[in-house]
Amino acid sequence: MYKYDEYDHAMVEARVAEFSDQVRRRLAGEITEDQFKPLRLMNGLYLQLHAYMLRVAVPYGTLDSRQMRMLAHIARKYDRDYGHFTTRQNIQYNWIKLEDAPAILEELASVEMHAIQTSGNCIRNISSDQWAGAAADEITDPRPWAELLRQWSSFHPEFSYLPRKFKIAVIAADEDRAAMRLHDIGIQIVEKDGVHGAAFYVGGGMGRTPMIAPLIKDFVPLEDMLSYAEACLRVYNRYGRRDNIYKARIKILIHELGADEYRRQVEEEWAHVKSLGIDPPNAEFDRIAAQFAPPALDASAPDEIDRSDPDFAVWLDQNVAAHKVPGHAIVNISLKPVGGIPGDASSAQIDLMADLAEKYSHDELRVTHAQNIVLPHVRKADLYTIWQALDAAGLATPNLDLISDIIACPGLDYCSLANARSIPVAQKIATRFSDLDRQKELGELKLKISGCINACGHHHAGHIGILGVDRKGTENYQLLLGGSGAEDVSLGTITGPGFDEDGIVDAIERVTDKYLAERTEGERFVDTFRRVGMAPFKEAIYG
Amino acid sequence: MTDTALQSGEEPCVTLDAFLSQSNATAVRLEPDEDARALIPHLDRLALIEVAFPKFRDGRGYSSARILREAGYTGELRAQGDVLVDQIAYMKRCGFDTFAPEKALNPADVEAALSRWPEHYQGAADGAVPIWKLRHG
Ligand code: HEM
Ligand code: SF4
Repeated sequence: MYKYDEYDHAMVEARVAEFSDQVRRRLAGEITEDQFKPLRLMNGLYLQLHAYMLRVAVPYGTLDSRQMRMLAHIARKYDRDYGHFTTRQNIQYNWIKLEDAPAILEELASVEMHAIQTSGNCIRNISSDQWAGAAADEITDPRPWAELLRQWSSFHPEFSYLPRKFKIAVIAADEDRAAMRLHDIGIQIVEKDGVHGAAFYVGGGMGRTPMIAPLIKDFVPLEDMLSYAEACLRVYNRYGRRDNIYKARIKILIHELGADEYRRQVEEEWAHVKSLGIDPPNAEFDRIAAQFAPPALDASAPDEIDRSDPDFAVWLDQNVAAHKVPGHAIVNISLKPVGGIPGDASSAQIDLMADLAEKYSHDELRVTHAQNIVLPHVRKADLYTIWQALDAAGLATPNLDLISDIIACPGLDYCSLANARSIPVAQKIATRFSDLDRQKELGELKLKISGCINACGHHHAGHIGILGVDRKGTENYQLLLGGSGAEDVSLGTITGPGFDEDGIVDAIERVTDKYLAERTEGERFVDTFRRVGMAPFKEAIYG
Repeated sequence: MTDTALQSGEEPCVTLDAFLSQSNATAVRLEPDEDARALIPHLDRLALIEVAFPKFRDGRGYSSARILREAGYTGELRAQGDVLVDQIAYMKRCGFDTFAPEKALNPADVEAALSRWPEHYQGAADGAVPIWKLRHG
């Protein structure tokens, strides 16, 4: 894991001092809310329906146990004893007092954490594959690349007042576990002639105009990555639309210019930017990469697992994934208990996960974009003990990637932009499908809910997506089918007229019944949908 | 910080169009949507380029400033308009050396803002040595 050196510490401390000063000036009335807003946003502080919300960055989703415990401590001391893990691999606190924000940031800084650039029209926290460093299918660990980008983008003087927010994801496997092509820049580390480089996909995004990022450059060598990114951003900063907030994301610029013209402009800018000497030497990458060296795992650790406890066996089959080192496994902890709030965890649960990571996972945890937690480096021999501890804490729901493993945005329960509530719908769906055998029969089924068109809950990328809309003053839900945020990326299509809260649950049941009737051997829900198209599903829903 | 009023004897800025179509003016004003690169052939006869920030949220002027400095411009580069204390450190890094805020800034806050950052992660137009270079000598 990356450890701060004196420079990183100094930067974060300077930021805490700066923000404390800004809060002081705001509380003293020296600056207006309008002037304060972009400043607090760059420090992750939103004003929501009931209170301030603080979003804390978890760079590329990686944490150690000390940091995880700090998240529990903050929930306990400054919030209502829980935190909410988000689709951007961050954590949010919903009930923060403005006066407390500087103290919270100071506490975070003591464990090398911050809330820098978790909101605002700047380059946001870089996200990545939650199985980085552990996945059997990766060509390298993507996190050193992400860390290089994190440092470059932190306090970037030219790109802190972009037309709109800017999100970057980095992966290094063909299986995309980070919705890479739905980011403003999605980077896949690829290999060419035995050398690693970055493939740049630019101009993806969700929101009201979802787009899949086109490939802009297939191979950028490591030593050019930052200057190339700088050129991509400069073209956007200069020519991205600023007249309409809904057309301000880079996806609109690239859509309007066309990928070829955008690429041409970037190449032209890059020819110039490359000459400025802003790319660090590979020695800096090596310094960072050394800190992500794989933990010393014993490849001769026993491979067999005692499956005699049937409940454990169910969890093992659903939530545990293959590790690249024999005798080891990746544990996925579901934060989606039936009837719970997707992504929420109590302080006690966060502490417990920290303890397990310290004892059994080489002190590492990950946050996933599906709002779950991962213990990446676990000995198979320890799985049963871990499961028992998780089970006792309500953290062993065996539903990874099943229909009840729902992504849901905060919705009308917290969010001032919402049209409809997301959380109660998620709870009702999970309850309707609570029979685990039924869920397993349905197989991989990614269900994603947003409370409005901003799409924080990734509904466009759900195999089944739900979008809350406002229909004549009442909450109404549209249903989308056929999206995916994975390597088979696609955008969902709206089925037709929307539903009320109970109606949407019924409609999903009709859709899943139809799938069971139509599917052929080995087909996931989304495969069947792609094969047979919308018509049979529409028929099943609306008759 | 230089002061915000016109210095005595200072030539007023002309618009980019006026500058390009005539003139022997030595001071020009660049609006956010105007291409800084249009000035590149003329940099050696310019003494002042004023970059407009009608709204602090409009960050195009940061790129304009860097482009001008990267092209070798050494004259005065002034940020004018909705220029707030919380933006000036970034502006300075992008190459601005003077500020003409619409609303006067508190000098103590300016001082604090400009001395806030011990080092910088990335290279920009202010000549600061980026942290990666400090790390590797
Ligand atoms: C509760 C306060 C929140 C507010 C006010 C808010 C606001 C917004 C807005 C306005 C957009 C659309 C931006 C655009 O298209 O330009 C957006 C998109 C998004 N938000 Fe949120 N959001 C909130 C919470 C969250 C949470 C909790 C998550 C993570 C679980 C999240 C993740 C996202 C994602 C992934 C997108 C889509 C990114 C894209 O368009 O490419 N947001 N949000
Ligand atoms: S999708 Fe809409 S309702 Fe949900 S969190 Fe985002 S802005 Fe709020």
